[in-house]
Amino acid sequence: MKPAPFDYLVPSTIEEACAQLAEAGGGATLLAGGQTLMPLLALRMSQPFILIDINRIKALKGATRVDGGTRIGPMMRQNEVIADPTLARELPVLVTAAQHVGHHQTRNRGTIGGSIALGEPAAELPATAVALGASVEVRSTRGSRRIAATDLYLGPYATALEPEEMITAIHFPDWPDDSISLFREVAQRPGDFALVGLTGAVTVKDGCIARAGIAWFGMGPTPIRARQVEAALLGQPIADLDLAGLAELAVADTAPFDDLHATAEYRRTVGRRIFARTLGERLNRNGP
Amino acid sequence: MSTHPIQLTINGRRHDATVEGRLVLSDFLRGDAGYTGVHVGCEHGVCGACTVIVDGLAVRSCLMLAVQADGAAITTVEGLAADDGTLHPVQQTMRDEHGLQCGFCTPGIVMTLAALTGGPNKANSETLLNALSGHICRCTGYQGIRRAALKLAGDAA
Repeated sequence: MKPAPFDYLVPSTIEEACAQLAEAGGGATLLAGGQTLMPLLALRMSQPFILIDINRIKALKGATRVDGGTRIGPMMRQNEVIADPTLARELPVLVTAAQHVGHHQTRNRGTIGGSIALGEPAAELPATAVALGASVEVRSTRGSRRIAATDLYLGPYATALEPEEMITAIHFPDWPDDSISLFREVAQRPGDFALVGLTGAVTVKDGCIARAGIAWFGMGPTPIRARQVEAALLGQPIADLDLAGLAELAVADTAPFDDLHATAEYRRTVGRRIFARTLGERLNRNGP
Repeated sequence: MSTHPIQLTINGRRHDATVEGRLVLSDFLRGDAGYTGVHVGCEHGVCGACTVIVDGLAVRSCLMLAVQADGAAITTVEGLAADDGTLHPVQQTMRDEHGLQCGFCTPGIVMTLAALTGGPNKANSETLLNALSGHICRCTGYQGIRRAALKLAGDAA
């Protein structure tokens, strides 16, 4: 047996899962798609006493339109996100981001909520939630609360979720139909962790940027919202954007590391380049 | 530690078993059910050799627990060829295009291609080539596998 022993529980409702989490008093781990947790169990890097499998909870599946946004069940598989017509219409950049998560085979199991709860700093879906202003609805036996994605991530794999809390929905606010998606990822091979990634959207009204939501992944200990460049873009006429200057501002909030695959300076350099190129291309402008 | 009764279909045959919660599906398929065509390479979701089809979808069987397959219909590489030994189109194409050498990674690749070409919505060549990124092959240099995928998508290799 590869994993260390645990008790396996398989609740069929959210209430049952919350009761089990509370009962375990921090000794339980939730099993969503398992595409990160199963390797950690196999390598015994994670040894929970109790594993709570939430795959059979129907209320955690599917996406629905709600007032002012889209509510996504955390157990929606990444390949279901890619194939969903509502999400393709409402949140095209989320669909593009999901296409870059892992491989086809892992996306058949891996879930949007699992990825968002894990908080891998180089992951596409947490950064997209941060960029688009999403929030997560979390529940425990003590009640439910909403956490803005920008407040969710504290560090690598560290989130504001309490041990007995679980994500019950992810809410994405509406973006206008003519929003322009921004997404670019640089990785060594498809399915590898991003060395540098950019995700988000902008809207243009009367020739000027009216709204901007932009975040980085692989550029620091958490997904990083590019607040300085968002602020600088607002109200700017797209005809005379200073792409090179904006690219400099775009990486100002990042805090990349050196690792085996790339230096921090490489990541910032590539970040500036992909920001200017992606924004320029999407707004039909030539690069700097 | 907990044990659980499970009931599932493997290659059209019903199996009943009692498994420990921590038993992974790949080990159950090989060790308990005897489907040794499920190859385990890295055993933590990187290499793709253990890919099987669960309820129509290609998944890594080392990244599922056996207990999670309760009620599922699973196809392993043993379930592809006809009873008279006629190869499945994916197997035949991999053979024709020299898509294998040592054969260790092959069952996983074959199951991914079979899952994506077997249903009513046949995948295009871009999707098939992209899905191959989920497999590691140390012999072939991938060119034969790519040719097989392109041929299966209906594109000239």
